[in-house]
Formats: sequence, structure tokens, C-alpha cells
Amino acid sequence: MKSSANPFWTLLAALCVPLAAQAGAAEQAREQCAACHALDAPEPGTRNIDERLTRKAPPLYYAGNKFRREWLESWLRQPARIRPAGVFPPAHAKSTPQGDVIDESTLPAHVALPADEAAAMADFLMQLRPFDDRLAAVRYQPGTISLRMGQMNFSKFKGCDGCHRDAPDVGGVSGPELHSAWKRLQPQFIASFIADPTAWDPNTLMPRMELNDAEVARLADYLKALQEDGS
Amino acid sequence: MRRTALTLVLALACASAFADEGARNGEKLYRVYCTQCHGLQGNGKGINAAHLSVQPRDHTDTAEMSARTDDDLFKAIKEGGKAVNKSVLMPSWKANLSDEDVRALVAYLRELCCRK
Repeated sequence: MKSSANPFWTLLAALCVPLAAQAGAAEQAREQCAACHALDAPEPGTRNIDERLTRKAPPLYYAGNKFRREWLESWLRQPARIRPAGVFPPAHAKSTPQGDVIDESTLPAHVALPADEAAAMADFLMQLRPFDDRLAAVRYQPGTISLRMGQMNFSKFKGCDGCHRDAPDVGGVSGPELHSAWKRLQPQFIASFIADPTAWDPNTLMPRMELNDAEVARLADYLKALQEDGS
Repeated sequence: MRRTALTLVLALACASAFADEGARNGEKLYRVYCTQCHGLQGNGKGINAAHLSVQPRDHTDTAEMSARTDDDLFKAIKEGGKAVNKSVLMPSWKANLSDEDVRALVAYLRELCCRK
């Protein structure tokens, strides 16, 4: 019988545990997450209206190109709603005489993971990076914009607040809230997605606004300014 | 003569089936892309409407919708509100939708506006 105090076995365990955790996370993702999240890319350039009608959760096959790892780990431990009306808003809306409202009772809660599983899952998801080349081609350099100018551009000029909140309870509800976007998303992803959301997700509900680099930068910088203001 | 009549009937039936198919596809597309602002009922009262500075068009307003040609509607959806001198809050959907999709949406709008 080997002693657990033997340095060889201790070293071996230290080397193997992270690998085993990551393999476990991959298995867990396939078994549990894949029921709602797409872990495999669709055929390039294909749109599928039925996929959008029945989508339960955001696709994760490019999670490593999208999220910041530290945010991902922290969110998996303590999930909080990012999309006020869920990932497919019409499925969570109901008509009233005053207009449509979100039917909160239909919004599912995301499972919270224990710390070790959240860390392993974040490691696994950050490996899913099919679009490294696309991000490498992004010319965005984070800069500064005043909150006042940024807000005016975001709402009055570009109309982003029609679907997105830039502060809790301010703005539309069909898109993900953006007041915490800088904390959760990689800057190059933000710029790339604003420039052409359909390149990332052919079935996205976000329109392509035909913006030039400077206009994309102004919007991305506003999300940065929001984060700096709130932190 | 009889063959000509039969061909005509078949052609009309096919055209009608295609129109139905277009409107059905249009209904799906409308649910996915339009209801967030224009409402589940198409009455302009979607979940985002309360947050918009310009209220979305009520697509069930027969008089208002009848004043628009199919080309006007096609252009508004494809090129956005600005292209038809309306609000920038109506975006251009040309990157998300094919011309066929937009035509299906126009066909569905014609159903929605005038089914009362």
C-alpha cells in the first residue's frame, strides 16, 4: 500500500487533478449544459428560424472568444439574469391591455455551481475559441468617452436603448443588459459583435448597423465608461 | 379547353399555396424579429415599447397600414426607418433577413393589418 504522504504521489495528484477536473467539466458540459446551450458550431453562414424560435440559452461554442474567464467563473458560482426577458423574449412575454409585459414566472433560473466545478467549467469554456482569427483582425483599441456623450450616442443617435439597458431599469428589455458588459465580455469581442452580430450568430435578434470603426469604438468605449463609473 | 382550365386551376391553387406558405413563414419571422417592439398582437405594444422615444407602428391599424404600399413596407424592413423618413429606432434588417424573408413579412403584415 502506498502512503498518501509520499512526495511522488502528491506531485502526481497535483498534476492530474486539474486535468481530471477539466475532463470532468467537458463531460458535465456535454451531459448537462448541452441540453440548452449549443456547444457545437452550426454550418457556417446558415440561418435557422426554428432554432431561434426554440432556443433556450445562448450558444457557448465560442465562449472562449466571448467571455472574460474571471467573470465566467464568478457568474457560474452566482448566476444573475443578464437578459431581462430571457434568451428568446417572445416566449416570456404576455399581452395585457396596457401592452406586452415580461412573464417572470416563465423565466428559468440557471443552476449555480460549487466553486471547484465553476473553475473547471470556466477553464473548459475558455478553450472553445473557433474565432481567434476573427478577433485578431479587430482593430479596436479601448479608449475613453464621457458618460454624457456615450449615453447620448447609445440612445438618441444609435437607438441601442430600444432593446438594451445601460443602467438597471433604464432601457429596453429584449436584449442582454449592457451595464455589466465590459466586465463580462472581451473588448475585441464587443467591437466585433457590434460591427456584425450576424457573423457571430446567424440567428441573432440584433441587427447589423453598418457602423464604421470609429462608431463601433464609441459604443464599445461607452460600455467601458459605464464599468469604470460603476466600479 | 378542359386541359387549359385544369392547368389554370392548378396554377391558381399553387399560387395560393405559395402565398399561404409565405404568410406562415412571415408569421414565424414576425414572432422572432418584430414582436419585441411591435408586440405579440402586432399592436405596437411590445415589451420594449415603453422604453422607446418613438412608439412602434401599430400593424393592426388598417387605415394606417393601407396607406403604405408593399414596396414601402419592404423598404422599411430591409433598409430601416431612416430610409423611409421614419424613426432610426426601426433598424435595417438586411443582414438578418433575406429578400424572401422580407417579402414573407410583408405578406404577413397584410394579413395582420386587415383581418379585423
